[in-house]
Amino acid sequence: MKRIALLGMPNTGKSTFFNRLTGAVARVGNWPGITVDLLAAKLLMGGDMVEVVDLPGIYNLHGYSEDELVVRHFLEKNPINLLVIVANATQLDRQLALVLQLKDLGLPMVLLLNMVDEAKRLGIQIEQHKLEQALDIPVATLSAKHGIGFPWARQLIERNLNDTLATAAAFSAFAGDDALEKRLEELVHDTVHVPVTLSDTITSRLDRLLLHPLLGLPLFFLAMYLMFQAIYTIGTPLQNAVEWLLGLLKQDAVAPLLAHASPVISSFLLEGIYNGVGTVLSFLPIIVLFFLFMGIVEDSGYLSRAAFLVDAFMSRLGLDGRSFVMQLMGFGCNVPALMGTRVMRSRGLRLLTMLIIPFSLCSARLQVFIFLTTAVFSPHMAPFVLFSLYCMSFFASFLTALLYRRRLANDEPLLLELPPYRFPTWRQMVMRGWHEAKGFVREAGGFILLGVVLVWFLTNVPFSVAPASAHTLAGRLATFMAPVFHPIGINDLMSIALLFGFVAKEVVIGALAVIYGTNEGALSGIIATHLNWIEAYSFMLFVLIYTPCLSAIAVLRQESKSWRFTALAVLWPLFLAWTVSFIFYQAATALVGS
Amino acid sequence: MTLEQLATGQCARIAQVEGDEPLRTRMFALGLRNGREVAVIRRARLGGPLQIRVGSTDLIVRRREARMIKLIEPAA
Repeated sequence: MKRIALLGMPNTGKSTFFNRLTGAVARVGNWPGITVDLLAAKLLMGGDMVEVVDLPGIYNLHGYSEDELVVRHFLEKNPINLLVIVANATQLDRQLALVLQLKDLGLPMVLLLNMVDEAKRLGIQIEQHKLEQALDIPVATLSAKHGIGFPWARQLIERNLNDTLATAAAFSAFAGDDALEKRLEELVHDTVHVPVTLSDTITSRLDRLLLHPLLGLPLFFLAMYLMFQAIYTIGTPLQNAVEWLLGLLKQDAVAPLLAHASPVISSFLLEGIYNGVGTVLSFLPIIVLFFLFMGIVEDSGYLSRAAFLVDAFMSRLGLDGRSFVMQLMGFGCNVPALMGTRVMRSRGLRLLTMLIIPFSLCSARLQVFIFLTTAVFSPHMAPFVLFSLYCMSFFASFLTALLYRRRLANDEPLLLELPPYRFPTWRQMVMRGWHEAKGFVREAGGFILLGVVLVWFLTNVPFSVAPASAHTLAGRLATFMAPVFHPIGINDLMSIALLFGFVAKEVVIGALAVIYGTNEGALSGIIATHLNWIEAYSFMLFVLIYTPCLSAIAVLRQESKSWRFTALAVLWPLFLAWTVSFIFYQAATALVGS
Repeated sequence: MTLEQLATGQCARIAQVEGDEPLRTRMFALGLRNGREVAVIRRARLGGPLQIRVGSTDLIVRRREARMIKLIEPAA
């Protein structure tokens, strides 16, 4: 099979071209020599099966950034038949530098000048034939987004694929680029003509409003609020619908099937396996929607503007504006927000952002807090209690960023492009959501299932006693852990609920009902008589901060590809949660008691 | 004079880009190289980054990096 690699700088529309070329068949794959996943697709081109690989966007071949190393290793270890370079036709004055560097590798290549529609609008003229001659490689122009010129670009690839053999790149030939600057100047001077004044007035006008010194930030928060509302007002009912359907299926189809099985087997299949699968599936609507809207914010160019607006504050925490956007989105659900950190290409920055997102008070935790605050506090006090928990959420994440900013150093300077505002196409956004959902099921699904089964096991063994009671493994674990939990005002029964909360935080209330042997309706009264307000608040602080839920942990591992980092992301919040609850509980009891 | 000191709305030519090799190659790739004209479009408040324009590319740079870009004094 023949192989094509797609390469270009960031913001060239390379992925758009990849999607148009390969359709929805692309999937994530592993490659020799590199550790990150790359999208690849197999398709029929000119009578041959061809594998097309989408390499990460890079600025040059020096290998200073992670992505540059990925590209170098890939090209060294994997022979290709053709290198397709995608360049942004509006920025050839600098993007041709990468083409000149790539030419030194001695690979067969073609150059695609993308976004010709934008270049035309800006009045940029490119002498295509001169460029072909000067570079000695075939050139085609197109707009991958609108499909203009796409058939010709595809033909050009097919033609140049026929008579080339697979070659691995020789980076030894890539010495340095002392003469690069001069070669670039000459090439650009001869082939690209840029008008003196660029006239993208729409972008300038929009920027004047959206980056306004006074209005910029309020507009940013408004945009974030609207996006948040859009995702979760559509997503939450969908999520509930999935859960309802799964519940219906369980009750009417799966449970009757297991009617004659032994109680242990049926409990294992229903409460363990089936619920585990259900947990995975219930995240899908939110993930698809999140990436649909994130696609709009990112592809439109607004995400970089957000970075501009909040960088003054975030840079002090070792983060940047994009981290803040993901943190805010985490208030809906941590899982897609963690996946969204992929836009950040610096590993240190990405890991630090992934470390703070789990502190965002997600909607699952909100359900627990609303239940407990209304059960224990007066209607007058409840909103303030809830608000204080939101403040605590920000406090925990900023504290974590400050403490870990040196260890997870962000080595890359903030040098972000502000692309002109663009409308992404529906096709692009839907495909993105679809890919992410598929990736989540494949990468995180097994781990989540395993965790749910483990908790089922702990709360059901030995089978002779009531599930989740003090005599199960979980109950004994709670007794064993009592010296840890008593100083923060959490009794044994409540700490079993915390184990359930590890699977998904919204389960805590249901678990408490099972543990206290009651239904959720009556639970409120029981909680109010069993817990005083200090114990309840300490419990809520702990639930807010302690370990991310199982799905979030699965995604943390999926995205970081490091068990060490995943362990840190679990243990640090546990420690912080205990410390915060301890300080609060001991101080409050001492003050109230005296 | 450095890019950080360039007044908003003004443009000038780049005399020299300082900093370590990775930073300079990144700046080169983004079009920040000797002899190019660069303009400051706006500044974020409270010591935030600058929005600059070089060729047809708009960029945001933090002030720390902007200080590494030395400019030729614009003729009055």
